[in-house]
Parts: sequence; structure tokens; C-alpha cells
Amino acid sequence: MDILYSLLNGILIALEPINLGLAVLGVIVGLFVGAMPGLGSVNGVAILLPFTFVIQSITGGATSPMIFLASIYYGAMYGGAISSITLGIPGASTAVATTFDGRPLALSGKAHIALVTAALASFAGGTISTVLFTGFAPLLASVALSFGNPEVFALMLLAFATFVGLGGDDIPKTIFSICIGLVLATVGFDIISGEPRLIPKIPFSDQPIIGFMHGFRFLVLAIGVYGIGEMLWTINTSRDGTSMSTVDVSAKSIFAAIKDFKNAWRGTLIGSSLGFFVGILPAAGATPGALMSYGVAKLSAKKPDEFGKGAIDGVAAPESANNSASTGAMLPMMTLGIPGSPTTAVLLAGMVIWGLQPGPLLFTNQPEFVWPLIGSFYISNIIAVLVNLAFIPIFLWMLRMPFTILAPVIFVLSLVGTYAAYLDNFDVNLMVLVGVIAFLLRILDYPLAPAVLAIVLGPIAEPKLRQSLLLSDGDFSIFFTRPIAGPITVVALILILLPVLKWIRGLFLTRT
Amino acid sequence: MRKAEIIMAFVLGLFSLGLMWKSGEPPSWNPDIPRFANIGFIEGEGPGSGFWPFWLSLIMLLCCVWIGINWFNRRSPPSRSEEPFLDGYGIRMFVVVGGGLLGFLILIPILGYYGAIPLFLIYYIRFLGKHSWTATLSISIGIPVFSFFFFDIAMRIVLPKGYLEPLFIPLYDIFL
Repeated sequence: MDILYSLLNGILIALEPINLGLAVLGVIVGLFVGAMPGLGSVNGVAILLPFTFVIQSITGGATSPMIFLASIYYGAMYGGAISSITLGIPGASTAVATTFDGRPLALSGKAHIALVTAALASFAGGTISTVLFTGFAPLLASVALSFGNPEVFALMLLAFATFVGLGGDDIPKTIFSICIGLVLATVGFDIISGEPRLIPKIPFSDQPIIGFMHGFRFLVLAIGVYGIGEMLWTINTSRDGTSMSTVDVSAKSIFAAIKDFKNAWRGTLIGSSLGFFVGILPAAGATPGALMSYGVAKLSAKKPDEFGKGAIDGVAAPESANNSASTGAMLPMMTLGIPGSPTTAVLLAGMVIWGLQPGPLLFTNQPEFVWPLIGSFYISNIIAVLVNLAFIPIFLWMLRMPFTILAPVIFVLSLVGTYAAYLDNFDVNLMVLVGVIAFLLRILDYPLAPAVLAIVLGPIAEPKLRQSLLLSDGDFSIFFTRPIAGPITVVALILILLPVLKWIRGLFLTRT
Repeated sequence: MRKAEIIMAFVLGLFSLGLMWKSGEPPSWNPDIPRFANIGFIEGEGPGSGFWPFWLSLIMLLCCVWIGINWFNRRSPPSRSEEPFLDGYGIRMFVVVGGGLLGFLILIPILGYYGAIPLFLIYYIRFLGKHSWTATLSISIGIPVFSFFFFDIAMRIVLPKGYLEPLFIPLYDIFL
């Protein structure tokens, strides 16, 4: 009862005109920042952090600045899907999985269905996770703490195992794609030993190429694969122009798509629950959450073959998951003081600057901050879905442009987005090179989405593996004997080994 | 396509071997350490720095062998395909669009993004897409103007301007 009373009180504070106005502004800013390739929630939150000091000096508390930043975070999570679906470029790692089915839907003239599903699934994910957050915050924080290095690595292994199922029929190409993503993630300096790794040298010289010293960056691969490679492939294959221009932008079609959302309930439910749980784990976050939800939605679907070709659940699962995980990631940040993602790290920095002390005592010592913030999660979600639905006709209108206009605009956005993310022209050149290689590999049916996701998960997975092995003195049984890690590892290995065994069986059958 | 499949598998296999070799590299400040000493478990330190990339590259190499076996047995669609890897249209498209992108990259250090973007868009929209000059110019001017206000002014992300930098100083004075 206490919780309900506090929550109601919090919602009323969040509905005060200044807080409501900040939430609307934050959502709109976040939506556009998220929709822009190369920029994600972390850019929006980091750039506008100084602005919150002005808000704090006007309102006098930490609640309004936090509501503003949290709304940007939410808006960006909604916005990420827009570039994934309309342009085919995942602006942020959290929206990569949305591209798998969102893009085929857009290519077949059903972009309105994909965008409406993404908006409503995001709303469902955000709301379900906020309810879970409200009711079980302290309890879930303690569960998340019981996830040590072996458990998180086992979870990553499970994420990679679902890739094997995602990559279509060609298993060796999928595994190759995962491994190349993981290996590219190691370029640069090893964070444990400090040794340089896989940094290429300038030909005929002993000097390393400086541009590789900071590592092989995620967006270089993601925008290269989707912004350049996929576009070249589309130009090469759809010679009479793509059917994206046939998309229906009428209000009637959008309302029809809203009604059809009921068909995506399964993906939404999987994404909302799994996304939240993965989101609360330290060092996991929205990307593995979205990916695993996609994998589970596919594995448990009646027609898994439809995934990757425009399945509605394939959009709903990752979109509900990334929103759900973004709320989940706030939980360890607020209750334990551990940020689960770069964005929550910036939010944590903001909280400290505003004079708050994140940690187990935050809920008891600062209820006047916590409850209005949770209240604002509910309000921001409602605002975000309304703003997003209102903007859908504008995003769809973009798709009606002839492909010979849309393609160069996407190329320009890819180059500018990569530069804006890293401020380094070396990365822009490398991104175009990666795009050309991706195009050649795409013709030969190499799935490249697993590589893009592996480069994000690699820097999480590798230290967890090495720290676990250090803990066990090099004994791999640590992944099988612990009560949480054991079952996850076994399921992951079964998922990986099944297609391999199927292939070997097929090989013998061919011989006989 | 069939020939391209095995050539690509071979090239990627060589690349995997190269990565394995490179993973075992000792740090430059301690060349006395033998190559591949870092790919296993080091007492007191845990797995070495080359552990993760070396074994993953080995898996990549095995995958290339696997792709080769599938190619031999004609089990993957590209290994069965009789179509060319890139036909005449594909090669022309690759040269024209890829060339445009290359020109764009070359122009960035000289004219900056705001000089290179309009030229690339005019090349693509007017000369490849055959659209009207009105459409071409409105997009070629609109996109850099939007980018300037979004990135340089709103987000404070300054895009390189090459030799055109002096032209922007009055704009900075007005908007920043």
C-alpha cells in the first residue's frame, strides 16, 4: 500500500507542468537523436547534461533534471528503431536486432506496420518494466548481484548460441561471422594486460597504424555493413527500384496497423520480460537483451522460418526488449550505484553532481527523488508513444522518395554519422572499406548481423571469461558447476552443437 | 558464383591464419617472450592477451574448411549457383557508386563535409538518378544546411571543413 501511495504521489509530481514540459521536450530530443545514425541515447544524455544544471537552478531539486535526462533516454530508445526500419541503418547497437525484420518489412512496402509495431512494443516494454521496477526494485537488485563473472559469460555464450539459430542455413558462415566480430573487438589494447593486440603495421615499416590503436569501433562495422554494404547490395539486386516507395502513409493504414498489433503480443511479452532481466544485470544492458529476446522469439515461434523475412514478432521482441532493458539498467544504477550501460553511467554522474548518493539507501533516504522519477517513467512512456505515432507519417514520407535520392542521402548520413560518433576521418574511411567488403560477402550469403552484435558483446564476454578462468585457476568446469551458470552454459552448448551434429549427419547421409 | 565461393573461403582462411599469427605476437617492449606464449594460461595472470583472439581465429579457420567441404559437396546455395558473382550491371554499379563514394572520401579533407556532401549528392541525384535540377539542388543544399545546424550548432559536433573553414567563421559568430 505504501508503494502505491508513494507511486501516486510521484506520478502527481511528474505531472506538474514544468516536469511534464521537460518530459515532452526530452522525448522529442531523444527521438531525433536516436533516429540519427551514429548518435544514440548516450550522446543525447551526455550533451544535454550541462543543461540540467540550469534546470536544477530553476527548480531547485534533482527530480526535474533527472526526468529530463530519463525522457531523452526513452525517446532515443524509441528513435533507434526509426533509422533501423526506414533507412536500414541501426543508429545504435540496441536497434541492430530491429533491422533483421524491420528492414524486410520496409522493403516489402510494410514500413508503417513495422514502425507502429516498434512504437507500441516499445511502449509495452517500457511500461511492463516500470511496473516490475516499481514492485521489485530492491529484490531484483540482489538477484542481479548474484550474477558473477561465470554467470555473465554463460549468458553471453547463450546470446552467441542464439546467433547460430539466427544465421539461416549456412552454419559455418554464421559461426565465422560471430568469431570475426569477436576478434575485431579485440583490436587495440588488452584491458587486462595492457598489451597491444592485432594492431596492423604500416606496410614496409615497423610502425603501427595509429587509427587501429583505439580499437575497431562498433559503428564502423555496423554502419559499414548496413549503411554501405546493404545499400550497395540493394542497388545491385533491386534493379527496377525497390518497393519501399509503395508504402501507405494514410492515417487509415496506421490505425489498421495499431489494431494489428495484437498479432505481436508474443514477441512483446518475451521482449518485455527477458529484456528487463538482462537489463538489470551489471555490464549487460539493452543490446544483449534485444538480441536474446529476438533469438528466443524465433526459437519459440510456430513459424521460425519467417524470421528475418519480415516477421512482426521479430520487430516487437527486440523493440520491447531494448526499452524494457533501459528501465532495467536504471535499477542497478539507482539501487547499487553500478551503471549497466554508458548512458546510465552518464546519468549516475549527473545524480552525483546533483548531490544524490546512489546506492542501497537511495530509496529510503531520498524518496522525494525516487518516486517522482519512477512516476515520470510511466508518463514519459505515454508521451513517447504518442509523439512517436504522430511522427510516423513523416518518417514514412521519407521512404516514398525515389531510391536514387534515398540511397545517396543514406550514404551521406552514414559518413557524417560515423564522423560525428568518433570525430576521426580514419574511422570514416575504414567504415566505407568495411561496407565494400560486406557487400562482397553479402553476395555469397555470409550473414553479417552476428558480426555486428559480436563486436558489441565481445568486450563484455572476453574479460568475463578470463576473470572466471583466473578464479578457477584455468578450470573450465566453473561454467558447469555453479547453480546459475551451469544450466545456462548447457543450454547454450546444446544450441551450438545441434546444428553441427545435424550437419555431420547430413554429410554421412550424402555419402551413403 | 561457385568459383567466387571457394576463392572467398580461401582468402578468409588465409586471413584467419594471419590473425592467429598476429594474436601470438609478443609485446614490443618485451621481444624476448616467445611468440604464442600468450595464447594459453599464464600462472598467476590467467589466460594471456592472445588467448581469446587466437582460439577464435582457429574456429574461423575451421569454418573456412567447413565452407570448403560444403562447396565440394555443393551443399550451400552459392556453391550450386551458375550465376556470375557480379554481372555487367553489378560491375558498372559497383564502379559508378563505389567511385562516387571514393571521390566523396577524397574530397572530405580538401573541401570538408559541407563542400563534399553537395558535390556527391549532385553527382548521384542528377547524373546517376537523372532527377530534375530543382530536386537535386534542394536536397544537395538542404542536407548540408540541416547537418550544420544539427551537428555543429545543436550538438556541438564540429565537422571538418577543409579549406572552406574561413567561410564558416561568420556563421559561428552568429550562432555559437
